[in-house]
Amino acid sequence: MMRGVSKRIGSVRFACLSPDEIRRMSATKIITADTYDDDGFPIDMGLMDPHLGVIEPGLRCKTCGHKVDECPGHFGHIDLAMPVIHVGFVKEIKKLLQSTCRSCGRLLLTEEQAKEYKEAMEMVEEMGGDTMDVRLVSKETAKDAASRPICPHCGAEQLKITLDKPTTFREDGHKLTPKEVRERLERIPDEDLVPLGIDPKACRPEWMVLTALPVPPVTVRPSITLESGDRSEDDLTHKLVDVLRINQRLRENRDAGAPQLIVEDLWELLQYHVTTYFDNQTSGIPPARHRSGRPLKTLVQRLKGKEGRFRSNLSGKRVNFSARTVISPDPGLSINEVGVPYEAARELTLPVYATKSNIGILKGMVKRGPNPVGDKYLPGVNYVIRPDGRRIRVTEKNAESVAETVEIGFIVERHLMDNDIVLFNRQPSLHRMSMMAHSVRVMPWKTFRLNLCVCPPYNADFDGDEMNLHVLQSDEARAEALILMKVQEHILSPRFGGPVIGAIHDHITGCFLLTHRDSKFTRGETLFMLSRVVHRELPPPVEIDGVKYWTGKQLFSLVLPDDFRITFRASICRKCPECQKEKCDLDAYVRIRKGDLLYGTIDEKAIGAFKGKIVDKLARDYGSETAKNVIDNLTRLAIGAIMVRGFTTGIDDEDIPEEARRQIEDVLQDAAKKVDDLVAAYREGILEQLPGRSLEETLEVEVMKVLGRARDEAGQIAGRHLGLENSAVIMARSGARGSMLNLSQMAGCIGQQAVRGERLSRGYWNRTLPHFRKGDLGAQARGFVTNSYKSGLTPTEFFFHSMGGREGLVDTAVRTSRSGYMQRRLINALEDLKLKQDGTVRNTADMVVQFKYGEDGVDPCRSVQGDAVDVDDLLVEVLGDEAELLAKIEEKKLAGYATIEKDLMETEDEEEFEEPEFEGGGEE
Amino acid sequence: MVDTVEFNVLEHELVPEHYLVTKEEADKVLKSMKITMDQLPKIRRSDSCIRVLENIYGPIEEGRIVKIVRRSATAETFVAYRLVIRG
Repeated sequence: MMRGVSKRIGSVRFACLSPDEIRRMSATKIITADTYDDDGFPIDMGLMDPHLGVIEPGLRCKTCGHKVDECPGHFGHIDLAMPVIHVGFVKEIKKLLQSTCRSCGRLLLTEEQAKEYKEAMEMVEEMGGDTMDVRLVSKETAKDAASRPICPHCGAEQLKITLDKPTTFREDGHKLTPKEVRERLERIPDEDLVPLGIDPKACRPEWMVLTALPVPPVTVRPSITLESGDRSEDDLTHKLVDVLRINQRLRENRDAGAPQLIVEDLWELLQYHVTTYFDNQTSGIPPARHRSGRPLKTLVQRLKGKEGRFRSNLSGKRVNFSARTVISPDPGLSINEVGVPYEAARELTLPVYATKSNIGILKGMVKRGPNPVGDKYLPGVNYVIRPDGRRIRVTEKNAESVAETVEIGFIVERHLMDNDIVLFNRQPSLHRMSMMAHSVRVMPWKTFRLNLCVCPPYNADFDGDEMNLHVLQSDEARAEALILMKVQEHILSPRFGGPVIGAIHDHITGCFLLTHRDSKFTRGETLFMLSRVVHRELPPPVEIDGVKYWTGKQLFSLVLPDDFRITFRASICRKCPECQKEKCDLDAYVRIRKGDLLYGTIDEKAIGAFKGKIVDKLARDYGSETAKNVIDNLTRLAIGAIMVRGFTTGIDDEDIPEEARRQIEDVLQDAAKKVDDLVAAYREGILEQLPGRSLEETLEVEVMKVLGRARDEAGQIAGRHLGLENSAVIMARSGARGSMLNLSQMAGCIGQQAVRGERLSRGYWNRTLPHFRKGDLGAQARGFVTNSYKSGLTPTEFFFHSMGGREGLVDTAVRTSRSGYMQRRLINALEDLKLKQDGTVRNTADMVVQFKYGEDGVDPCRSVQGDAVDVDDLLVEVLGDEAELLAKIEEKKLAGYATIEKDLMETEDEEEFEEPEFEGGGEE
Repeated sequence: MVDTVEFNVLEHELVPEHYLVTKEEADKVLKSMKITMDQLPKIRRSDSCIRVLENIYGPIEEGRIVKIVRRSATAETFVAYRLVIRG
């Protein structure tokens, strides 16, 4: 293996090939369009000439004498009977023809003018302009020159040159043959090219008109032998055959003195074939097709687009030492861990350098071979690499003998084992938390296992999601991953300076059940819950009627650091105008002192991903290690609590008393009546018009208002009968899953269906469905759904609901595709930016992009919701409770970006609000 | 294109303050940042702000530096420099 840099690339220069160069680098001239003879051997001077390289194993290249993988392949060439324009350069050719004299070939500018432009170009370069800026100046030069009607050097009058796409040039309507074009380009002197942005050493303009065509090596266009023994040629070979055939006919006709018309037709045909050989999607000409009708994939198609060489083979590649499988949850794992199946661990290896201190262990591993037996997982070895670079495959048979040969300096590729560092990733990789480092836990069964708290950053669920795993191969990579990429280092997100990792769903419900009001647990229950939790010493139990109980708050306090303090209001808080604080009848005022939960309920605001204040403070003040431990313990405790209590939800959670049902019906009937009244008023013309709206709009607004109010009222009536003893309500109020709106739609009334924010109106003539009268503007006829999800929808309601639902689906589909494209463009623009040590943001050209990162130099990860310092928090830390009273800091500003965004959505458009965060991947 | 400046864009509330930096000061700034002129962000001579400045200082040739003081969401005010280029 070569270590270190033996040669450094200073710069890369691109240039055009001259016909001379094409012929010089050619291994052979190609003249026949035939590829193989009857015996299946390649024909000399044919497209499969053995001088062009080898593709069949065992054969040797006639040019370099190497075998299949050693010979890189060699170019050949075709001498074209007549010159042909290169499609890739038509724009440049046009520019050159227009800006130079038709008779003397000089640039259509005086010496002084040319010098001026040349100086301007130098100036741009001196000022740090990039190629785009230089091109801009040359374009300006060309434009100026093209506008001169008379040559300042020879006085010749210039005619107008136009381009007939794709490759035909015309001068005042007369066709210019490629030959004439080439002659004109030849006349342009070297020094006149510089102001036009062309380096004559790299590219003489006449080289843009081809007289010789390079033929790529066979390795570039290998032919495939089908099972039937037939050969199938590559698309490029097909195209080259066409070129050769027409070239041959053109030459014969020309030499035989055929009529001008025939020669010109053939010439144009040759131009077509050469053009499509380069780019088969040139606009203005039909694409060349395969016999089956499929368009051929020629040179440009090989490079361009998502499936092209750049995007799919150079920017992104398939890699070794990686695995992909379905994911499933394991609350027993730490957030830093990932469960890897035995089968995957036996294939994924990592190289270990044999040293004096580990050689014994390594020999033992090698001895075990590639498939160690036994109940316990022990790492084996798949390959051993000797110091001379030879790879030896370890098999069950040779394991013993290979183990003997292992010496210091060997590299042993051992299986994955517990505590190895790997990268874990889920697509789409939208932010840096989409790829994090985990430590391995090798486990039975066939899925990757992960802790539920890392679902939000990966945006993963378990409805069939698959994830990728990459094994790091060098110590440098492992060190970097361990320090920068570990899951615990990503608890705080750079997106909004708050936590992205935290409890979800059942963890939140569990903590709620554990800590709400004065929940108590017996000794047995307590020990069951704490059995998987690393915790402080158990506090003294409370004794009631001789039975010892521990309160949920006591148990929760066990997992917190013993000097932890925080005060805030929980998610279940009703935001009363006058806060009752400790005496809150909902137990929503959370107060933690010295690591003891004194008051309050732990729910989403405390520990949830995105919102969790406790998680936030822990990660910020106590460091990632402590935060990780607390999250691990807390979630296990929560799972324990929910298991002890038992938790289920079903359709009967939305049961409401008959009385309430009747009330809701009354409310809805009232509303329907009101709508009818409004419609009647509108018909009679006594409806009072709102300012800035037409009469129709006024009616719509009023109707929407009435119906919206009715739905809310129905929801409130239903809500009155759904208390905190109801599982569905617990989930909604604690923030575990669902919202009260969802519940009121299930129990009360679904409400108005809308498309584009308006009541439904389209479908039939003047009505939505033929079930209604024409022109009916009533609630039912325009998509108001009075039923609830539980009571069931009528057929018309169901149809309206589908209309509303469809809009949502279309919106998400459009949004994802559009934001994906936007993300790609942004990343392409920003990918080379780097924060330098002096605090500036620079690109790879070392140009300053921003004089100070973010203008304030603050790492958003370490910011408090975007601010550099949290003054309130500092005050509380220094002054204690006193500060809270003095500064009236009862609670910090609402949590970050995610919460604000969500709150806005909840208040502003309550209509059909769906949580965007964890919607499943499987069903979408 | 309007050749006469009819409206002073610098007076618009969304346009940050632009100042022409003297050559000596420019050298100092570049030295303090340890960069060369070509590494600075650019501003075209045809930029409306430069045209307004030209009304005050007379013609501003390429290679001069302008100081831009902008309001910033994160740092309240922020000072940036731009190199005047052709165009």
